Amino acid sequence: MVLVYIESHKGGFAKSAFETVTYGYKTAQALGTGCTAMCIGKVDAPEELGKYGAEKVIHVSGYETFDNQPYSSIISQVADQIGAKVIVMTNSSRGKALLGRLAAKYNAGSIPGAIALPVVEGDSMKVKKTVFSGKAIATYEITSDMKLISVMGNSIAPEDMGGSASVEEMSVDVPQGRIEVKAVHTVEGSIPLPEADIVVSAGRGMKGPENWGIIEDLASALGAATACSRPVADSDWRPHHEHVGQTGIAIHPNLYIAIGISGAIQHLAGVNNSKVIVVINKDPEAPFFKAADYGVVGDLFEVVPRLTEAVRQFKG
Amino acid sequence: MKLLVCVSKTPDTTSKIAFTPDGRAFDTSGVQFIMNPYDEWYALVRAIELKEQFGGTVTLINVGPAANDVIIRKGLAIGADDAVRVDLEPNSSLNVAKQIAAYAEGKGYDMILLGKETIDYNGSEIGAMVGEYLGLPFVSFGSHMEVEGNTATIKRDIDGGEEEVTVETPFVISAAKGMAEQRIPNMRGIMMSKRKPITVVPPVPFEDPVHVVQYELPPAKGSVHLVDPENMSELVRLLHEEAKVI
Repeated sequence: MVLVYIESHKGGFAKSAFETVTYGYKTAQALGTGCTAMCIGKVDAPEELGKYGAEKVIHVSGYETFDNQPYSSIISQVADQIGAKVIVMTNSSRGKALLGRLAAKYNAGSIPGAIALPVVEGDSMKVKKTVFSGKAIATYEITSDMKLISVMGNSIAPEDMGGSASVEEMSVDVPQGRIEVKAVHTVEGSIPLPEADIVVSAGRGMKGPENWGIIEDLASALGAATACSRPVADSDWRPHHEHVGQTGIAIHPNLYIAIGISGAIQHLAGVNNSKVIVVINKDPEAPFFKAADYGVVGDLFEVVPRLTEAVRQFKG
Repeated sequence: MKLLVCVSKTPDTTSKIAFTPDGRAFDTSGVQFIMNPYDEWYALVRAIELKEQFGGTVTLINVGPAANDVIIRKGLAIGADDAVRVDLEPNSSLNVAKQIAAYAEGKGYDMILLGKETIDYNGSEIGAMVGEYLGLPFVSFGSHMEVEGNTATIKRDIDGGEEEVTVETPFVISAAKGMAEQRIPNMRGIMMSKRKPITVVPPVPFEDPVHVVQYELPPAKGSVHLVDPENMSELVRLLHEEAKVI
């Protein structure tokens, strides 16, 4: 059995939740077994996960605040109960911590951030992930009995197969966590960067934080998240959580639009797994053009509003 | 406070990444190695600041071969008191975590700190693994930490924002940007580091449950398709019809 742990936020599911269930379902198919999903805490519509291939959804309540210590214990109790040999989750900040804990619990091989479905070979499993901050890809072989995988966002398309899942409430006996959450600040109304299909990112070429309006306009026309380069975050023009690159976060959207970013190797490391890269820069020698699919050599203060207008016309 | 800081050796951020012709191993020729920046800039420096504030000791731990002593010395020059090197070339992060946990077990560390991830394998797993092996809480992606008595108040990065949490010592924490400011070792620190001990300990037996079988470089990009800056409708058309991303 493949067990998929799915996060919910304020009761709802992000797109990555459906990607992860799809990944778990297809892994189960490759193994000739079934896929069970599980959620912990508030979930509005757990049965929704059935559409993506989960035959059953196990729901555990009573643990509303995320803490990796009790949550990983709950997941392992459920896994043991259903006899799961593979546990799949999302490679989010929560998923990363859960994966490590579960790996230690089972002394099992784990892949943090798989970018493709596993290849099953007898009792072992081969899984790819990016390494060296996106500069390379490694194929790992998991040889332990239990196998643990967290799925990188945007690596697999969610497939709604119209199935349905039964929902089963399960109670577990796990002590509450020792980490107390005092306050949560999330950026409301915007798309979290690691989840975004399209990212509009800008660098020092913007000259100052007061000019970001044209970036936000383009992002809103495209339904994109905004990001920035390291010098921009370091100068406090933009919040640090927008910083993409080797020492920021690594992303892999379908479309990455880099505006006024020269393309230092450390920046490229964080974005070069994007499916399509567009670079807008007035310097035709900017190294970023070498990594780009489409390039526009021009003054960003003219090109970006023009692009925004063209996108709005296209979207009608 | 008794503090343990886990440090890893990684290729410098500007390194060009290449592999042996059979793709089985990382080609280290011409590669400059450094202390993993998250371990050095944030975890180690915050540990040293805590020692300066409350007294105590900062011990470094690294799992690796004798060649790693160079980066361990740098950590001692920045201000750690002593260091432990577990003499093992590990193949999996779980093995690294196992070795760290086996060393730390029963030694009464108030806090075990490490960077949020290494910049080579980007797993972000070791902190959670060490926490699990030792039965300790694990706070990931800490960007700010204040300690009062036995209680730490920590800001940490979560997807799309941040969270403020409190936790009692002992615990494990991974450090992200904001936790501290990079410190450059001064001449006195460098001189003193030569007299600080690096204890080499043998590894505990552990079978790697996972290992790399093949490396590859991402597929090369074709040459860039330049679009007239006056004609952004053309770019939108290409993104829609050719690239199919909007």
